[in-house]
Amino acid sequence: MIWMKDVEKRYANGARAVNGISLEIEDGEFVFLVGPSGSGKSTIIKMLTGEIAPTTGRININGYNMNNITSRQIPFMRRTIGVIFQDFRLLEKKNVYENMVFAMRAVGAPPAEVRRRIPYVLELVGLENKTRRLPGELSGGEQQRVAIARALVNNPETIIADEPTGNLDPERSFEIMSLLERINDLGTTMLVVTHEKDLVNRFSKRVIALEKGRVVSDRRGSYYMN
Amino acid sequence: MKKHDLRYFFHEGISNMFSHGFMSFAAVGITIACLLIMGTFSLVAVNANANLQSLQRQSVVLAFIDETYTEAQEQDLQKKIEGIDNVRDVTFVSRESALTTYVEQYGEDEELFRELEPEIFRDRFSIHLKDLEDMQETADAIRALPGIAKVRADEDLSQGFLTVSRIATIVCVALIAVLLAVSLFIMSNTIKLTTFDRKDEIAIMKMVGATDGFIRWPFVYEGLLLGLFSSLIAFFLQWVLYAAIAAGINASDTLQLLDLLAFTELWPVVLAAFVVVGLLVGIAGSLMAIRKFLRV
Repeated sequence: MIWMKDVEKRYANGARAVNGISLEIEDGEFVFLVGPSGSGKSTIIKMLTGEIAPTTGRININGYNMNNITSRQIPFMRRTIGVIFQDFRLLEKKNVYENMVFAMRAVGAPPAEVRRRIPYVLELVGLENKTRRLPGELSGGEQQRVAIARALVNNPETIIADEPTGNLDPERSFEIMSLLERINDLGTTMLVVTHEKDLVNRFSKRVIALEKGRVVSDRRGSYYMN
Repeated sequence: MKKHDLRYFFHEGISNMFSHGFMSFAAVGITIACLLIMGTFSLVAVNANANLQSLQRQSVVLAFIDETYTEAQEQDLQKKIEGIDNVRDVTFVSRESALTTYVEQYGEDEELFRELEPEIFRDRFSIHLKDLEDMQETADAIRALPGIAKVRADEDLSQGFLTVSRIATIVCVALIAVLLAVSLFIMSNTIKLTTFDRKDEIAIMKMVGATDGFIRWPFVYEGLLLGLFSSLIAFFLQWVLYAAIAAGINASDTLQLLDLLAFTELWPVVLAAFVVVGLLVGIAGSLMAIRKFLRV
């Protein structure tokens, strides 16, 4: 569950990126976070992943109070979130399977768990036949599937996807979004940041629209701000 | 820490070392160079100190005995000198023995001094001291004993030895400290470059929830292995270098006077020092290098 109350973020240069946002995302929800550049989407993601702290207001994610979280607790909070980026951020020298192993071993997963979990996740994202391929040998859509598999492999409660289809053509974008929807159906909370109006309108989900650091709309259905 | 984590850290450390072969090679090369320079300076210092100590041991105080003293009195006097604090050993040298030593010094011209009578020399005690620093006080104590006609102690020479020894030690310690700092700095920067190359890996590890400790360990193992390899290679190179220098000194007419310690006497200390310094530089360098990248 994600819970934000009167959150503000001002940077050292005085810029106010987020201006009194309050929102609540229940466990198992699928939410699009939309808005133009500079509306505060990236700042919200950074606050949710513990990269930056809010200037005022309160944030709670998956039971972690981000206002008084210690630096030692942050890794454990991050284990409850899977993050997907527009540019995939895969390790180019490691193949698909090794990218998965790397993510699991990084949180101390035992080898038996690694061997059991990875085939299941790769099958879920449709890459079970490409485990030995390097990221450079895969298409953009496939690379994003690897990134989704990596975000999913440690079984997080929430997935935060930051423009996950930004580098893909419309058809691949739809496939990726459908995959995220399928993962959400399995119970993982999904927060997807996107610019793509048509894509958002094809899925009937909750859409939170931001502008100048404020929530200007929060509705269910195929809504996208003009 | 779990057993499978240990295996993972070790595997990652080795794999990182080989996957960034050039940087590893650079780190090992630089550490070897620094260890060799440090080792060579240290060995020069050790040998200089050993030669100075040998010279110190040869440095004696001569106490000439009153000519009226009988043999029994001389023995009594020897006991009194032996009782002085700073005296290591006392040897009685008769005037005949003193003459023989004197004549022998002239080698080919020995014949010219054959006619000398022993009576022109005095019976004396040849005295070795424990600590040359207190030579003046000890010579004064011997001089004050009844039956001692004269004392010859070369205080200036002994002070010269001590000064040279002290300066050599200070210079060597300072050089070793500077070289150690330089090695640490270079190793840290070299590993920082490899770490920079891997900042994406670190960012991903942080993103999926790896603790700082978990991220740090493979780098520590890598630094440890690089340090260990460097120290072992440097040790064998140092051995070869030392042997070559020793051969050169032995072949030289003037330098032959220097008495070099055998490497077989020194190798355990050299190996231990190289391994300790290599590991220290490797591990500390890794920790310093990775610190910046963990602040995410």
